[in-house]
Amino acid sequence: MSKQYETVIGLEVHVELATKTKIFCGCSTAFGAAPNTQTCPVCTGMPGSLPVLNRQVLEYAIAVGLATNCEITRFAKFDRKNYFYPDNPQNYQISQLYLPICMNGRVEIETKDGGCKTVGIHEIHMEEDAGKLIHDEWEDCSLVDYNRSGVPLIEIVSEPDMRSAEEVIAYLEKLRLLIQYLGASDCKLQEGSMRADVNLSVREVGTTQFGTRTEMKNLNSFKAISRAIAGEAMRQIDLIESGEKVVQETRRWDDVKGESYAMRSKEDAQDYRYFPDPDLVPVAVSDEMLEKIRASQPEFRNEKRKRYKEEFGIPDYDIEIITEYKHMADLFEAAVAICGQPKKVSNWLMGETLRLMKETETDAQDLRFSPEHLAKLIRLVDEKVINGSVAKEVFEVMFEENVDPERYVEEKGLKTVSDEGALRKTIAEVIAANPQSVEDYRNGKEKAIGFLVGQTMKAMKGKADPAAVNRILREACAE
Amino acid sequence: MKITDMTAVELAAAIRAGQTTAVEAAEAMLDRIRERDPVYHCYVTVDREGALSQARAVQEKIAAGELGGPLAGVPVAVKDNLCTEGLLTTCASRMLQNFVPTYTAEAVVNLQRAGAVILGKTNMDEFAMGSTTETSAYGATKNPWNPAHVPGGSSGGSAAAVAAGECYYALGSDTGGSIRQPAAYCGMVGMKPTYGTVSRYGLIAYGSSLDQIGPLTKDVTDCAAVLETIASYDKKDSTSIRRQDTDFMSALTEDVKGLRIGIPNDYLKEGLEEEVRAAVLQAAEELARSGAVVERFDLSLAEYAIPAYYTIAAAEASSNLERFDGIKYGYRTKEYAGLHNMYKKSRSEGFGEEVKRRIMLGSFVLSSGYYDAYYLKALRVKALIKQAFDAAFARYDVILGPVAPTTAPKLGESLADPIRMYLGDIYTISVNLAGLPGISLPCGKDRQGLPIGLQLIGDCFQEKKLIRTAYTYEKILQAKQEGYRHEQTI
Repeated sequence: MSKQYETVIGLEVHVELATKTKIFCGCSTAFGAAPNTQTCPVCTGMPGSLPVLNRQVLEYAIAVGLATNCEITRFAKFDRKNYFYPDNPQNYQISQLYLPICMNGRVEIETKDGGCKTVGIHEIHMEEDAGKLIHDEWEDCSLVDYNRSGVPLIEIVSEPDMRSAEEVIAYLEKLRLLIQYLGASDCKLQEGSMRADVNLSVREVGTTQFGTRTEMKNLNSFKAISRAIAGEAMRQIDLIESGEKVVQETRRWDDVKGESYAMRSKEDAQDYRYFPDPDLVPVAVSDEMLEKIRASQPEFRNEKRKRYKEEFGIPDYDIEIITEYKHMADLFEAAVAICGQPKKVSNWLMGETLRLMKETETDAQDLRFSPEHLAKLIRLVDEKVINGSVAKEVFEVMFEENVDPERYVEEKGLKTVSDEGALRKTIAEVIAANPQSVEDYRNGKEKAIGFLVGQTMKAMKGKADPAAVNRILREACAE
Repeated sequence: MKITDMTAVELAAAIRAGQTTAVEAAEAMLDRIRERDPVYHCYVTVDREGALSQARAVQEKIAAGELGGPLAGVPVAVKDNLCTEGLLTTCASRMLQNFVPTYTAEAVVNLQRAGAVILGKTNMDEFAMGSTTETSAYGATKNPWNPAHVPGGSSGGSAAAVAAGECYYALGSDTGGSIRQPAAYCGMVGMKPTYGTVSRYGLIAYGSSLDQIGPLTKDVTDCAAVLETIASYDKKDSTSIRRQDTDFMSALTEDVKGLRIGIPNDYLKEGLEEEVRAAVLQAAEELARSGAVVERFDLSLAEYAIPAYYTIAAAEASSNLERFDGIKYGYRTKEYAGLHNMYKKSRSEGFGEEVKRRIMLGSFVLSSGYYDAYYLKALRVKALIKQAFDAAFARYDVILGPVAPTTAPKLGESLADPIRMYLGDIYTISVNLAGLPGISLPCGKDRQGLPIGLQLIGDCFQEKKLIRTAYTYEKILQAKQEGYRHEQTI
């Protein structure tokens, strides 16, 4: 390859909004219900039914627009996108083409070298999701589940400002973080609540004109996105190098095979016959509404980072991890508010929490234990009701089931035995049973005391204050 | 007076007074239907059992004093594009030959709350597309004044059912004149209210931005009573308007003194039959004699209304009718090879010619490359027409003119020449484009004995002015023709 090529990437990101009800009817959006149980005449496209906009969808869309520095359209409209497919009960999707709710935004992403880069947002629009088709090969038929039909989405369309897979992922992470902080969506790529289509073209370094782009679909992890970008860039460069032309088309990425194949070209692109939906009145965004949403914007990550440093004095590394997920940051702040010990709360999050998250493949947003319980656990250790290793044991159960540590310790009888008489008795037994270790210790082998502490703790079933065990053992051995 | 000769409001009073019952009235209507509907074919579906059980339930409530409004116990016919729970709703199309809704249109719910007894569903042009009720997949409706003539359309079944005495009143829908024109052809009173006054929830859409539900009645009093009952703000319809002034019966007064009436010169030009013109101008004169100030003026833009209307209505229809695909309900072709073929065959076989023509027209005007030239331009024309009306209503309280250029044509005459049929909508469609209220009421008959309709148009939310003017004129007409009744009796 003699020439130097540059990859040009723009993204279309669909985000499923966390509303309780659908965008144009009152049906539940809850995931996992039996097919077609969360439907009504509106979301199944029955004749005579009419859509009514869920205001929460509008508020979320505006909140995301403000967080990405967009201009908010004060007089927005919904348009119909007409196409026939059975997952689309009306055979048109209600979306926004002519006057989307947000336009001309931008987000800052961090680049590999630690620098900063701006990615432009062309627009954000609101639309409805389609139902789900299930192909029953056994019965040779297709079935439709309309539970997802009408679930609210926003589509965030970026400018073609990204140049590498790293930048794409940094951009997606940035969006995920902003949207999660807003509470507008949980943004899970694997579960489809965040979906990204990659528009990609290549061009020789130094040229200003864009090459012909392709659109890639079916990317459901960051890894798949990285691989698809690398694969598609290579495919386009190979075509150009061999004197062929890149065809503008939609391609589907097969992450197992590591290759993409053409779904449809621009020539067979459908004419969607967009026009304003006459069943919905234009959306007028008032000054009051805009101000209300602006005022209720949460503190985003950068502001939190700064505040944590000043207010809590915890290490930068801890701050990075804790603020990466809103749920983690919320947990941290709430627990600190109760117990007033930022360092200890941070230690629990950085240590045991991360370890268990990794072990159980749990996302930060799915952490179950409450800040109240974490604060209680810290207090139990501080007050020496339990010792550190019992605390870890209790925490594992909290992590799984969010149990109340106080009650759990009580019920399981895990309290530290504070009766020094009982402890002295056990230690006397341990010393009697391990004369060699006592001898070793007396001869200066510091390690031997560790063994004796372990034996004592074992005999006490862990319910002893290790500091007290240590002190009494040393006294006893010295005698 | 025989109960079959009564108006809706008269019947409700007689039921309240204990002179008759809702059950007797329902039975009388069902007898009428049995007798006359084989000739006129006003109904697609007659719900005998349902009507009688509703009548019994309503009668009990009336007897218990729980119901007592001006329509309590009165049998009604509902156009077959209004969804009725558990009752076949076909839009007079093969496409919905088996469609039984699980919900009832809000306007019908409002009637039920007021104690209406639903007799059945009336014939119409397929999906409300047509001006004669001949595009129905279930056969044409005949005009009760002369069965060789059409009743008008698309609410032809509703208008003819009232005229033939097969119901006391009916609901219709009006997208470009579909209530007012059949009311005129059948000698009845029909009203299209201001857009947003009656909820469209449960009305199977033709042109969503133009459709309104309204009454077809024997006289102006019934018209006001029905409109007052069906008008409501409905959260389920985003285009529904919250109005405080829906006490339309309060406008039933004889008083047009000082009322400013404008007659658009545009509505009296060529194409208008001389007899219709004479009857309409005669009506204007009568109103002037009663104290109204009548003037001629130029409305302008009238000739652009038809192309703008057929562009917008067809565009919306092409999208609204996409849901009829044979997948979820309705007609599905028997044999097909794959999804695309199933769509194509189901829709080709399920829809009639006029519907297909408008779907194609609508798809064309929305397609890329033509959208700006046709659809957007039509929207601009619509806005200009509204401006022209705004200017007119700065000078006049009511605009007066004909409903249609002719009286009811003969069966079979119109379908041969769709463009001519479209031109017949010239006086009614501007009202839909501008979202205004319009009322149609009889103002005489032609040499053939066919009714002539007078149209009164008001500014948005000025239904009461229309009702007052129409009521005054109706009284003048009744005084002139002793014993005048709108209903045709055979």
